[in-house]
Amino acid sequence: MIPALATLLVFQLLGEVAVRLTGAPVPGPVVGLALLLLALLLRPSALEAIKPTTQGLLQHLSLLFVPAGVGVMQHLQRLGDEALALGVALVVSTLLGLLATAFTLLALMHWQARREGPRDGG
Amino acid sequence: MAAESPPSLMALWVYLAATPLLGLTLTLLVYHGAFVLYRRSGFHPLANPVPLAVAVLATLLWVTGTPYATYFEGAQFVHFLLGPATVALAVPLFEQMHRLRRLALPLLGALVAGVVVTTVSAIGLAWALGASRITLASLAPKSVTMPVAMGIAEKLGGLPSLTAVLVMATGVSAALGARYLFDALRIREPAVRGFALGTIAHGIGTARAFQVSEEAGAFAGLAMGLSALFSALVLPWLAGGLLRVL
Repeated sequence: MIPALATLLVFQLLGEVAVRLTGAPVPGPVVGLALLLLALLLRPSALEAIKPTTQGLLQHLSLLFVPAGVGVMQHLQRLGDEALALGVALVVSTLLGLLATAFTLLALMHWQARREGPRDGG
Repeated sequence: MAAESPPSLMALWVYLAATPLLGLTLTLLVYHGAFVLYRRSGFHPLANPVPLAVAVLATLLWVTGTPYATYFEGAQFVHFLLGPATVALAVPLFEQMHRLRRLALPLLGALVAGVVVTTVSAIGLAWALGASRITLASLAPKSVTMPVAMGIAEKLGGLPSLTAVLVMATGVSAALGARYLFDALRIREPAVRGFALGTIAHGIGTARAFQVSEEAGAFAGLAMGLSALFSALVLPWLAGGLLRVL
């Protein structure tokens, strides 16, 4: 668990350093994610060593949202003032996003299947 | 030997409220309680433990007159783990790479369409209904997993803690609405339903997709990781550009 945790922190640190040095508009941990993905592609055997810890961490991902969520108490005024705009925008854009993703995926899968059809439908 | 007078409850409270121990312990206890309720409800989307734990903790702080900053002294130890957890998303992404390669083009196309449509429509609708600029910047990354969304909001000039609340609300509304929406439109493929949930509703959508089927969950997890990467790269430009025009 300690080597796995250290691995995650090292990649996060590399990500933060890369972002600071380049001024890229990306959160450091996301660069860390990309670097770790790259490292795993280069050395797949490293997966076994970190998997239990990453699995444990991701299983409890929702706990990690709680401290920031409690910050809602600092924004009650704003949420109340802009409740209509926020509520409508949030729900409608979420449903539109689900539809856009699902229909684009269906259309492109259909297109790909048709293109590969003569070879093998699989 | 003069006995010390027993400390009053008030003095004890003042001591405890000033150490990080209380905020941290309360966060874990309340979340655990909320999760037990969620499990007992058969993982009903309305019983999602995050909003419930947040409501209980915020009420506790409000009743005791404890400032958020004092609570966060302790809760920051949990909050800090969002960084390593984001890095850890590389593992499920790596494990799904073979699916990604086979369906690369359809999946990436769907991801781009979903992220662009949900971001542009969220900003546009909120702007048309009179939301303030800071609110718009906080709303833009609402479909991205929380640690990444908070980073993007900060870069856009929004309030990361407001974004955290909006990300949570997005996840819960998608987890609730997706089933009825997809059933009504006869979209049945678990891969498609899962991928849409992960793209639009991050971790909460992914947790929901896993309850439907393993396949839906795997595609949702893949979508969540890809969406975090893509949004981190593109939203500062896309949403930032929109915010400048509006």
